[in-house]
Amino acid sequence: MGNLLNVSPSPHAHGKETTQKLMFGVVLALLPSLFTSVFYFGWGAIIVTSVSVASCLLFEYLIQKFLFKKPMTITDGSALVTGLLLAFNVPSNLPVFIVVIGAFISIAVAKMTFGGLGNNPFNPALVGRVFMLISFPVQMTSWPVPKGFATGYADAVTGATPLAVVKEGLKNGESLQQLLTQIPTPSQMFLGNMGGSIGEVAAVALLIGFIWLLYKKIITWHIPVSVIGSLLIFTAILWLANPEKNASPLFHLLAGGVLLGAIFMATDYVTSPMSPLAMIIYGCGIGILTVIIRVWGAYPEGVSFAILIMNAFVPLMNTYIKPKRFGEEVKNG
Amino acid sequence: MKTFPIGGVHPPENKLTSGSEIQYLPVPAAVAIPVVQHIGAPAVVVVNKDEKVKTGQVIAQSKGFVSSNIHSSVSGKVTKIDTIIDSTGYKQTAVFITTEGDEWDETIDRSNEIITEIKLSPEEIVKRCLESGIVGLGGATFPSHVKLTVPAGKRCDVLIINGVECEPFLTSDHRLMLERGEEILIGVSILMKALKVNKAMIGIENNKPDAVAHMTNLATAFQGITVHALKVKYPQGAEKQLIKALIKREVPSGKLPLDVNTVVHNVGTAFAVYEAVQKNKPLFERVVTITGKSLSKPGNYFVRTGTPVKELIAAAGGMPEDTGKIVSGGPMMGKSLASTEVPLTKGISGIILFPAADSVRKESMPCIRCSKCIQACPMNLEPYLLMTLSEKGLFERAEKERITDCMECGSCSYTCPANRPLLDYIRMGKATVIKIARERVSKQ
Repeated sequence: MGNLLNVSPSPHAHGKETTQKLMFGVVLALLPSLFTSVFYFGWGAIIVTSVSVASCLLFEYLIQKFLFKKPMTITDGSALVTGLLLAFNVPSNLPVFIVVIGAFISIAVAKMTFGGLGNNPFNPALVGRVFMLISFPVQMTSWPVPKGFATGYADAVTGATPLAVVKEGLKNGESLQQLLTQIPTPSQMFLGNMGGSIGEVAAVALLIGFIWLLYKKIITWHIPVSVIGSLLIFTAILWLANPEKNASPLFHLLAGGVLLGAIFMATDYVTSPMSPLAMIIYGCGIGILTVIIRVWGAYPEGVSFAILIMNAFVPLMNTYIKPKRFGEEVKNG
Repeated sequence: MKTFPIGGVHPPENKLTSGSEIQYLPVPAAVAIPVVQHIGAPAVVVVNKDEKVKTGQVIAQSKGFVSSNIHSSVSGKVTKIDTIIDSTGYKQTAVFITTEGDEWDETIDRSNEIITEIKLSPEEIVKRCLESGIVGLGGATFPSHVKLTVPAGKRCDVLIINGVECEPFLTSDHRLMLERGEEILIGVSILMKALKVNKAMIGIENNKPDAVAHMTNLATAFQGITVHALKVKYPQGAEKQLIKALIKREVPSGKLPLDVNTVVHNVGTAFAVYEAVQKNKPLFERVVTITGKSLSKPGNYFVRTGTPVKELIAAAGGMPEDTGKIVSGGPMMGKSLASTEVPLTKGISGIILFPAADSVRKESMPCIRCSKCIQACPMNLEPYLLMTLSEKGLFERAEKERITDCMECGSCSYTCPANRPLLDYIRMGKATVIKIARERVSKQ
């Protein structure tokens, strides 16, 4: 026997899972939402998504090649996911240059400055989105009316999101009853027929993605369920206390970015906690902060801010909230 | 169906040899029998160079309570007492014997008759196990007489028999249950008598429905023995996980099964106990699975201890061209061998030959904090954190995070999508933490 044998510590077997497969699993889960967004917003959705994905990949490539000078990991799929999620969080008529700036902030500032994949404390796509929202408030809050390919891109007819209609109306003293007639019905909202960011509108498509992620065991239920659950409970309390002033839990769930945030943004591996209990606390924090911002804050929507705020607590939670060890506290029956 | 609740993984089973009847490997021309084939103190060699020995004769005497006798597995002449590299990769003392015929010690009953009646008293059973060099054959090789000696103040109310065989590829316990079921059950009754318990539970994963059915059927003739099918999940054969799965008791951190009033023995051990107590046959032979996807004749063999691995490979059709790694034990917890001269010992239940393509690890990527290692850990530890702490030398924190609870099952490394060498670092950290803790105790 001339060949030398490989010698290594156990285990000598490895599962089939890879980082790349997980990332592409998320991309597949985002596809239903991508299809519905093209269905509702036409060319705008295609242009913004393509530009966002391409520029995220490009920035990651350039930084790895010229600054990090390390083996290329662009194929791991994480920049692709960031690009898609960034696009999903902006209106479909956003000018290309703003999308490119957002992609730069997401990849260069929020991700690569910390050392790249696995090291960033804040969700890169959300950092990019919030940067754009603060820097370009007009462009970031002009929402094309969904008319498919008739929506157009630069010439899109815009309107307010249901959340903005209700928030503004209530501030101006209009009655909730009357305001609800100006916005789409819950079933229309469920299907996504309303103004909003590219990927957030169609609840049905997001839920299909959620089922896929759970089925493929890419994420666990803890974060999405606790975000949605806490949001529903909190808004239900407000609604029951004063149904004249506060919209129903169903409205809060379907209007805006709760589902996109709960299923795809809050569950970002790198920026969410590691143990089940911490995940639930983190999720509830996001749900509650979202409602606080929506009801009492300056912005009609608060999911992005809520997730970023909770991102900041993740290292603390990972340090102090531990899974219950086997054999730690024993009750023997 | 029962299983343990926390963590676990489902590696491909690859039980290629579950249909292969156990054969006797021809007695090798020469053997090298290590004096350490168990956990505990090395046995002391009691034979000299050029001395003639018989099969089953004691060649090394146990030293201390946690130790075990070593017997000659062949008859012949002691050629030398020298060191050899064993399956752990370390050098240790071994007795080298050249075979001449196969003359067994006269006191061993070599008939095929199955003896049901248990004549020995509990104390005599424990003594016989000690004399016969019986150790745990599931892989841990803990001396069985120690586990049969219940210390004052402790009590055992149920005996658990491990027929799980959760490691992929291995089928030695499976075949033994199918072919020596009755002997195993008598062995279990002997263990029950020694422990003075009237209840024993045999746990078998339900990927072996034939073994479950066969053992359930046979067990009806035995008082107090029940057979339980378990849902397949690795590492169900780990002692603490099996106890949790079968009787829902959780062994506290740092404690033993006896602290929850139970004792676990492997089916292979039960068979060895039967042979020792009923047939007066010491432990010098065991079932070993020789397997691998490229092997022409994988199978299960009764192998004498001290037989070089190469003999077993030759019996299985010879070493395939593409062999890249040889593992003793299962793919999850086994040890890779550097040579085929390594002697087979009491604790080796299988030899697996991996093709070169399956022998090297893929490149490690950054941790993406997906928490799959936490979900896979059957002890609910945080492998990603333990790895980082070990890597950075933060052993005090690693101890607080219970690194010593890790049983090195490998579920974390197996499951990691970024291919990180989690267990490599944790193993190093755990060893360091244990060393630090010992030093702390000795200073006090």
